[in-house]
Amino acid sequence: MKLYERKRVGMARSCGKAIAIAILGLEFLGLSAMAQGGGELRFCLRSEPKTFDPVKVDDDASAAIRYLTGGVLVRVNRQTQELEPGLAMSWKVSKDGRQIAFRLRSGISFSDGTAFSAGDVAYTIQRLMDPALHSPTGDAFRSGAGNVETKVISSTQISITFPAPVAGLDRLFDQVAILSEHSPKREMAVLGPFMVADYKPGSTVLLKRNPNYWKTDEQGRKLPYLDSIRLDVQPNRDVEMLRFKRGELDLINSLDAEYFDKLASTSPQQVRDAGPSLDSEQLWFNEVTKAPIPGYKKTWFRSADFRRAISEAINRDDLSRVVYHGHAQPAEGPFSPANKFWFNGKLTPQPYSPDAALKALQADGFRLENGTLKDKDGNEVVFSIITNAGSKPRERMAVLIQDDLQKIGIHVNVVTLDFPSLIERMTQSFDYEAIILGLTNVDLDPNGEMNVWLSSSENHQWNPQQKTPETPWEAEIDSLMRAQASSSDVKKRKAAFDRVQEIVVEQEPFIFLINKNALSAVSAAVHGASPVILSPQTFWNAERLTVSAK
Amino acid sequence: MNLWRKLAWVALALVLSASISATWLSPSGYAKQYRDVTNAVPSRSHWLGTDDLGRDRFARVLYGTRISLLLAPAAALISTLMAAFIGGLAGYLGGAWARLAMAVTDLFLSLPWLFLLITARALMPLNVSPVVSVMVTFMLLGLLGWTSAARVLCATAGSLRTSDFVRQARAAGLSGGRLFWIHVMPNLRPVLYAQFWISIPVFILSEANLGILGLGVAEPMPSWGSLLKELEGMVSVGEEPWKFVPLILLVVVVTSFQLLLSRQEEMAA
Repeated sequence: MKLYERKRVGMARSCGKAIAIAILGLEFLGLSAMAQGGGELRFCLRSEPKTFDPVKVDDDASAAIRYLTGGVLVRVNRQTQELEPGLAMSWKVSKDGRQIAFRLRSGISFSDGTAFSAGDVAYTIQRLMDPALHSPTGDAFRSGAGNVETKVISSTQISITFPAPVAGLDRLFDQVAILSEHSPKREMAVLGPFMVADYKPGSTVLLKRNPNYWKTDEQGRKLPYLDSIRLDVQPNRDVEMLRFKRGELDLINSLDAEYFDKLASTSPQQVRDAGPSLDSEQLWFNEVTKAPIPGYKKTWFRSADFRRAISEAINRDDLSRVVYHGHAQPAEGPFSPANKFWFNGKLTPQPYSPDAALKALQADGFRLENGTLKDKDGNEVVFSIITNAGSKPRERMAVLIQDDLQKIGIHVNVVTLDFPSLIERMTQSFDYEAIILGLTNVDLDPNGEMNVWLSSSENHQWNPQQKTPETPWEAEIDSLMRAQASSSDVKKRKAAFDRVQEIVVEQEPFIFLINKNALSAVSAAVHGASPVILSPQTFWNAERLTVSAK
Repeated sequence: MNLWRKLAWVALALVLSASISATWLSPSGYAKQYRDVTNAVPSRSHWLGTDDLGRDRFARVLYGTRISLLLAPAAALISTLMAAFIGGLAGYLGGAWARLAMAVTDLFLSLPWLFLLITARALMPLNVSPVVSVMVTFMLLGLLGWTSAARVLCATAGSLRTSDFVRQARAAGLSGGRLFWIHVMPNLRPVLYAQFWISIPVFILSEANLGILGLGVAEPMPSWGSLLKELEGMVSVGEEPWKFVPLILLVVVVTSFQLLLSRQEEMAA
């Protein structure tokens, strides 16, 4: 008891000193951590990495490992969204958008000591474009029929020529981790800040600092600061959260709003809301001609006036406030404002007015009878919205929309289905009326969404695989998307995609609902973390992070 | 009747009458969204607070109880009748018929019923109202839940088939359906009662399981399953104890059924 009191008095007396020392200590902590090694960072992968071969990456876990271990020619700075030099000191894209020439850094080695040269870049491109490997990363470069030609000019100079223009060509190299042509370790020889040191399937991937990493900080110290990164395979988010709370993990890369608020209530300094992300949630109606749904419903769903009225009757502010606890923004269009360059700033927020929505429907021949909306043929306006079972935010959004539409006499049946059943209905049988799902965008460039906007595409969800565009506005989108994809003039591309965004907002084939915020958690032991909206949100600057001793 | 059984009757009567009176006890209804007071703590206006969409939790518990408590016995009745028909007849006929019926029963027993229900739910038409959806969910439970009871009834009917009084009846010239309905079925009644009572808590829990998976009763209609979903991700019991009310109700009701069931089993024995 006395000891306790004495301690308290002592603490009170030295309070000012303690604060000063603490501040100095905090300043010192980062430096000492760097001097002694930056410690070990621990976080979870939500699934087993399918591959360590960067060319074959097709899943989030493998992409995280590629980001941490792969050396790239150019890197998109996740904070500024600008392109920065990596292994290439400079680069130049030809006017026709078909060729890119890189000038490489010299004196760089792979993690196993093998020297890096332009030959390795040529070898990587050859593997990337190898049709037998079906590289998902390589798909983005496939602009037309024909072979990709690489020309090694010297050990530090290379030019790559594509058979047709590739939109946003230089930015695509952010995903291309360079492989060694000669290393006996094959893809395990890396040029990134970390290398795979140990892998226990189903359990852990241990990354260690790459001793040959080329980058240094502003003071000339070698990067990365961290000694190692331990990645635990853990699909269960509850367990991940529990382990973070216990201090067994240093980061949670992506949190949902509910967990975010729970953590914020106990440890507000550990949660980070980086603002609206690129991800969106949307509702769309089935406009497929051959869909097995009644003809009169197809007429409603294919009417832009009907879709606009539905959109106007949905209270997006409530979706954001109630479902996402304020950690989302009402969506304005197909691109999130977080995409600083490509977002069309002229778009205005979607209005919310049930009265205006009802008037618009009445002008279109609908009438309200005893609280039920009927079309001009007397059919009650009833439809179902399906979403995937287990996604709480989507289920809640569907119930809020159900209630919003009830106000204008529309009866909505909310159905949750297991994911495979939902996908089967959405892509095979087309036996559905409306769906709520999300789009996860990892690419800033609109070219990454070609598969959504082209009417011939499989992912043109409201009416996929059209032989010829069924509506004039879809034909216009097709031509604009093709025009921007084949142009290397950024201004022209931006103008084309701005128009695409305007058409989508006018026609509302997708009724965009909200853009989720990028939410994450970072332990107080981690220094230098600055979560951003682009993937990988929390460890995009892993080479500059340090972890103090626990 | 011992004290525990009396208490079980009282508990069931109270829960049932409260749920039937839901319209008067909570006139605002289960679907009304008070969006400005989501996740509210208990208050005068919302006795058990509100859920994450601002709906009155007390109203939802009452209406959810009504649904689970009225439809689970209905599903139990369907399954018991099916079990009586298939199991009882198979046991009575014996021989190849019994083997065939029990092979079918074993096949049904070996099916992963949860996945079967999910598949059946996915095959249903989408545009059904919440009322129809809740009835279909429980009907599916009833149609798929007869197997265990059928085995018990088959064994019981089999022993009755070789019992003295059936032999005497047969010797007296009685046969076929008349023998089955007059002498076998009345003697299966205690087992049928027991199976009926056993099935009720099983179906309540099955619906709760489906509800937790998001595949049970359609929104905005509540059920115990959808109410129990709120407990997902709770870190401590003391955090929001009022959210445990549906769980407590479920435990009380299932325990009460078990207590009454033991009486039925005694009668059957």
